[in-house]
Amino acid sequence: MRDISMERVNATREQILEIIKSPTLTHEQKLTNLANQADSLMEVLDLPEGLNELLNTDIETKCICDLSEGHAPVRPRYIVPDYAKFMKEGCSFLQLPPPADLLEALNSLLIFYKHVPSVTNYPVYVGQLDELLEPFMDGVDDAQAKRLLKMFMTHVDRTVLDSFSHADIGPKATRAGRLLLEVEAELEHAVPNLTLKYEEGVTDDDFALAAVNCALHSAKPSFANHAMFKKELTENYVIASCYNGLPLGGGSYTLCRLILGNIAKRAESIQDFKEKQLPYVLDIMARYMDARIKFEVEESGFFENNFLAKEGFIHRDRFTAMFGMVGMAECVDILLQKEGKEGRFGHDKAADDLGVEIMEIIKDFNDHHVNPYCEVTGGHFLLHAQVGLADDVNVTPGTRIPIGEEPEELVDHLLVLSRFHKYFPSGTGDIFPIDVTVHKNPEFVLDIVKGAFRKDLRYLSFYSSDSDVIRVTGYLVKRSEMEKLDQGRAVLQNTTGLGLGASKNGHILERKIR
Amino acid sequence: MGTKAVVNRIIPFSSVDGPGNRTAVFLQGCNIDCKYCHNPETRNLCVQCGACVEQCPAGALSRGVDGGIVWQEELCVQCDTCIHVCPHSSSPRTHVMTAEETYRKVQKQIPFIRGITVSGGECMLQPEFLTELFRLAKEDGLTTLIDSNGMVPFWDYPELMEATDGVMLDIKAFDREEHREVTGAYNDTVLKNAEYLARNLKLFEVRAVIVPGLYDTEKSVRQMGAFLAPFLKIKKFRIKVIAYRPMGVREIYSHYEVPSGTYLEYLAGILREQGFEDIIII
Repeated sequence: MRDISMERVNATREQILEIIKSPTLTHEQKLTNLANQADSLMEVLDLPEGLNELLNTDIETKCICDLSEGHAPVRPRYIVPDYAKFMKEGCSFLQLPPPADLLEALNSLLIFYKHVPSVTNYPVYVGQLDELLEPFMDGVDDAQAKRLLKMFMTHVDRTVLDSFSHADIGPKATRAGRLLLEVEAELEHAVPNLTLKYEEGVTDDDFALAAVNCALHSAKPSFANHAMFKKELTENYVIASCYNGLPLGGGSYTLCRLILGNIAKRAESIQDFKEKQLPYVLDIMARYMDARIKFEVEESGFFENNFLAKEGFIHRDRFTAMFGMVGMAECVDILLQKEGKEGRFGHDKAADDLGVEIMEIIKDFNDHHVNPYCEVTGGHFLLHAQVGLADDVNVTPGTRIPIGEEPEELVDHLLVLSRFHKYFPSGTGDIFPIDVTVHKNPEFVLDIVKGAFRKDLRYLSFYSSDSDVIRVTGYLVKRSEMEKLDQGRAVLQNTTGLGLGASKNGHILERKIR
Repeated sequence: MGTKAVVNRIIPFSSVDGPGNRTAVFLQGCNIDCKYCHNPETRNLCVQCGACVEQCPAGALSRGVDGGIVWQEELCVQCDTCIHVCPHSSSPRTHVMTAEETYRKVQKQIPFIRGITVSGGECMLQPEFLTELFRLAKEDGLTTLIDSNGMVPFWDYPELMEATDGVMLDIKAFDREEHREVTGAYNDTVLKNAEYLARNLKLFEVRAVIVPGLYDTEKSVRQMGAFLAPFLKIKKFRIKVIAYRPMGVREIYSHYEVPSGTYLEYLAGILREQGFEDIIII
């Protein structure tokens, strides 16, 4: 462990005092922030040379961002427990036998959630709820089941205080899945996030339409291209956190992101970007992630000591890492401008072509970079189109077209996206607020989903333009809660603050309505 | 082949012109004059009087070498000045296109759409074009719908009917005289069309625009329901109860009362009692 200066210690102490005195942070939020401050004093990672200049600078020049993972990772960033095993066998650490009926199943899950760590300290994955609960549905009538599910989902919403938390359903229709959709449409909660794994021909239309109806009330579920994900990650994948495709019974050690626009600023020309600047940053970020993973696996003791690993709810060799990126739109626009060329990302074929060329460079780099602890994904990281941070300014998430610059017609928008979604097995996604008249025609949305998935899109979210629950970038917040926070009142969920930041910096309330 | 039509507009993704997501094609020109028409600029063909050319604030309109009006789409700011100043209820913002040219604009939306709907104006004024367009759509597995005021006899166009999956038919008033009051024309053909389409399994949807004060809307809905209900036994179809809204309506006719949601529900209740199941209020 390396020494640090007293000056840095004192600066941190100042921040700690600020957190303690904060009028808007809840107690839980204070604890999380205090822990992060303590962690920031650590210097234990074997950092690659050149990282400091790319990482520890302002948002205008920063090229690599580690998304607040801290200096000494105490656990993997995203943990995806095998809840089906828990339902079948119970858990000895938690002293819970296998549940025998729906009440016990729901109660056991709620207990388990409180012991699943992550970067947010809340579970980023709460299970494939339809499959987990379907075996317990016999003998429970619809009204009773819905009452229990409502209590369960409300409990999650009020105790998992962060909407980077995800439940999955589908692809097959089940009674539990249908009732969950009905309940979610009625509750209009922000947590958990919900995804329907959708595959045409496997998912019944009426089940998918119930999902569309639910989405138009509560901004969820989103639709994941099941055929695409299972081809890349096998059937044993989940959607966790925002929209991250990850191996079940494992997860992701870390997620760092390239800020492509700022890398483009360093380049003299497109050629310089492709041949020098980008490869330089790719290499440093990969080695930084290697260092984080090495510490987690070899030194933190997490995989030896945590009950999740000891009892086989997670397996060290089912973890991988997410190689993220943001700001493709700014990157392409800046590079074209430097060459005096016309064109904007999302609007001109030449600009989109350049975007695809950049993706191919990143993909090729990742295909050749080997990390010994990512066995589950062939020794490689998974590319990830990161959704942005609340304080990102002029940084468009992943490969999205910037808000305010969306093509006039949705078909043109989708055709651009279809060139990019395929690169990101660990997640990408686009979001469309929909005019309320579509409430009368949910098949309109389903037709778009079907067509989009045939065109290699991966993940789509819709919400109604008049909905209280809205999708910020990947996670959900309530407009009404953001307004409270904006008035200086404390709010329950951490992500409300992120949503408020994103609505001010990221213009998320100004998306083009379709 | 190669029949041309005046195309007013193509909406790539439409959620309101039939089931699912469809590309909607609007043709220029109509044969009746509904008082509440919300796109009156589609009613007549352009007579090239040039009244709009000088008024265009974007310089997107000019007189071509052949004397016709030229619309430069890329300069247009969609301010609608031209259609407001047009003395002939027409629009210079149209394209003369063959069915093939029109279909190429539809194809771009595959596979996001399940079908195509042609509306107007009154699209049945250009049946040969429709037949060609629908045959092309059928080759790609798209469904084909016509949105019509029912003033042109469908039975005169068996080849078109062959290529058409369904018709969305307006019954703008059930009473003969009231229909004339609303549209300037009697509805004898409209009602015959309703029966013909129902018997030939082509009646997809019947629409009634509810304009209290313009005609007896409750009586009309009741009589229309009684007339149509027996056809449900042949094949089910949808009824759409549409509220009059003043948007886009010519100023002299924009004073009608907008019906309340409660009243529309009441009308839907009448239809439900008559045996209709698929009723949509818009």
